[in-house]
Amino acid sequence: MNRQDISETAISIGSTTNLLKRDWLPIMIVIAAALIALAFVGSPSIWLTLTLAGLAMGMMVFIVASGLTLIFGLMDVLNFGHGAFVTVGAYLAYAVLTMMTGLTVADNLLLNVLALIAVVVVAAVGAGLLGWIFERIIVRRVYGDHLKQILITMGGMIVIEQVVMMIWGSQEKLIQLPTSLRGAFVMGDAVVEKYRLLVVVFGSVLFLAMYFSLSHTRIGLLIRAGVEDAEMIQALGYRIRRLFVGLFVVGSGLAGFGGVMWVFYRGTLTADIGGELMILAFIVIIMGGLGSITGCFISAILVSVVANYVAFLVPEMAMTSTIILLVAVISWRPRGLFPLTKR
Amino acid sequence: MSVFVKVAIFVVLVGSFDLLLGYTGMISFAHTMYFGIGAYGTGIALKSMGASWEAIAIGFLSAALLSFVIAVAVGLFSMRTKTIFFAMITLAVANAFAVLVNQFYTITGGHDGLIFQIPRILKPAFVIIPRDVFGVPINGTTLSYYGILLISGLLFLLMLRIVNSPFGRVLQAIRENELRAEALGFNVLGHRVVVSCIAAVLACVAGALNALWLRFVGPEVTLDLQVMLDVLLIVVIGGMGTLYGAVIGAGVFVLAETYLQSAIAYIAPMIQETPMLSVIIHPDRWVFWLGILFVVSVYYFPEGIVGRLRNRAIKRAATKKWMRW
Repeated sequence: MNRQDISETAISIGSTTNLLKRDWLPIMIVIAAALIALAFVGSPSIWLTLTLAGLAMGMMVFIVASGLTLIFGLMDVLNFGHGAFVTVGAYLAYAVLTMMTGLTVADNLLLNVLALIAVVVVAAVGAGLLGWIFERIIVRRVYGDHLKQILITMGGMIVIEQVVMMIWGSQEKLIQLPTSLRGAFVMGDAVVEKYRLLVVVFGSVLFLAMYFSLSHTRIGLLIRAGVEDAEMIQALGYRIRRLFVGLFVVGSGLAGFGGVMWVFYRGTLTADIGGELMILAFIVIIMGGLGSITGCFISAILVSVVANYVAFLVPEMAMTSTIILLVAVISWRPRGLFPLTKR
Repeated sequence: MSVFVKVAIFVVLVGSFDLLLGYTGMISFAHTMYFGIGAYGTGIALKSMGASWEAIAIGFLSAALLSFVIAVAVGLFSMRTKTIFFAMITLAVANAFAVLVNQFYTITGGHDGLIFQIPRILKPAFVIIPRDVFGVPINGTTLSYYGILLISGLLFLLMLRIVNSPFGRVLQAIRENELRAEALGFNVLGHRVVVSCIAAVLACVAGALNALWLRFVGPEVTLDLQVMLDVLLIVVIGGMGTLYGAVIGAGVFVLAETYLQSAIAYIAPMIQETPMLSVIIHPDRWVFWLGILFVVSVYYFPEGIVGRLRNRAIKRAATKKWMRW
């Protein structure tokens, strides 16, 4: 690939803001899935509740998977320990929350939101720091060797989970949302939980922020170019390793953020909380196309919404339906919904 | 006595996993799922049809067929685009399977598992020689003990035959250089799918043997991530890419598990007062030490016990040759 090719691809990615040229089909599929589900579910109010729950779940999966997909796309590093950062984020949230009961119990929206933001910041920074250490100690030595990467990051995750258990104990913990974020609105017959709405807002804002920083900043340009062809970026004189470390830290921080959102959603906290979300994140990044943020976002929503409908209609099939969905999507587009890499 | 059976079953399980990891360079997280399918297939059949040989045959054969079909489907599907997807998708499939087993608790016993009867010939009540021989009672348990050892030994020989056949050579070629193997005209995807099927069915047999020996199946002895971690650790300790490593690794691991765990349980009360140590050295922290051991051995000891001994032997042979010159 020569230099001109790169600039051309950069231009073609840059011009994706041209709405007509964009690939709308995957988005149509999400909408179609929702409409088909409406026919099966029957009651529109239940359908609305299910859809919102699915969207909220999708946002959380997206938050966790977005870092993973960029890390994998940029450096071909597959982190099987990503779930550990989710767990750490969730436990940090628990720790901070128990320290700030004054702010969370108060029936004041401003104080409550302040508490939530503090929790998110602490969890994300903590998970990010841990990610930095993880990258330095564990991942750095096994670049380019997938087999060892998988083994070592899996081992690292188990160690981190065990350390979490040592610090906080292995029994299940209950965690409660700040007072004014609990409960639900009633719209017609439909019950709309406040927290789910909040998660959807958070996730959408994060997606837009990531999308614009990828398409409108210099770092974003470098990351996109690196996903496309890492060697060429190095040849042009950029220190891709440093960029990668930064991305790894941000990705881990995002996983911590996702962990906070997820633990409030679940209400209970155990050390294996991250593993569950990580498996969904894997499915989502395969389905979305490695390194693609848009693909990650759309497929996270698709997976979660469909899993939610199926869980309502046939409870036993929820996880299986996700795998069937993955098979269907990959048979249709073998390199994911929005393929970016040529690898 | 039961330690040896455990080692034998683990040799089959780990050896078949090594066909994938060590010989072909693929990581499957669904290996314990096939182990579980074998165990559950046999267990459910024995539970529902009564303790007969037909039940064992039907249960095992349908389990083996199921493992085979799943392995073909997962292999063909996941490796079509990128080989690394295999690891991710097997993890997801294994997770989905564990969830299913838990949800269909009316059939599988859910979290508690199933206890079932085995044919009378294999039970301690079936007396073969009414007197003890060398202080060991000879009864049905002895029979199933040697039966399991024999079957495991035969399966081990079968695996040796596989890896030393032309087919096994191709697998190693794929591990070393996929592109080159393909350029030489070998069907890389085909070989990978076939070996993952062989491994799946072997793991299924190991699962059936395990169920017959324990007369119990449950998630924590078959499907848990913990079992997968044990398997990974044994492969790494023994040596990836050597079947003898599976034997040594399984032996070392099972012995260590049996004696170290009781050692930790013995030490734990003594250091209860010491603040840091008592948290780290605690019977519940067994997995932590496994994890540390695992990470350290992947770094510093990737060739494993057998690999290191073999390298040393090769080096020695080379220096001898040199001296003779």
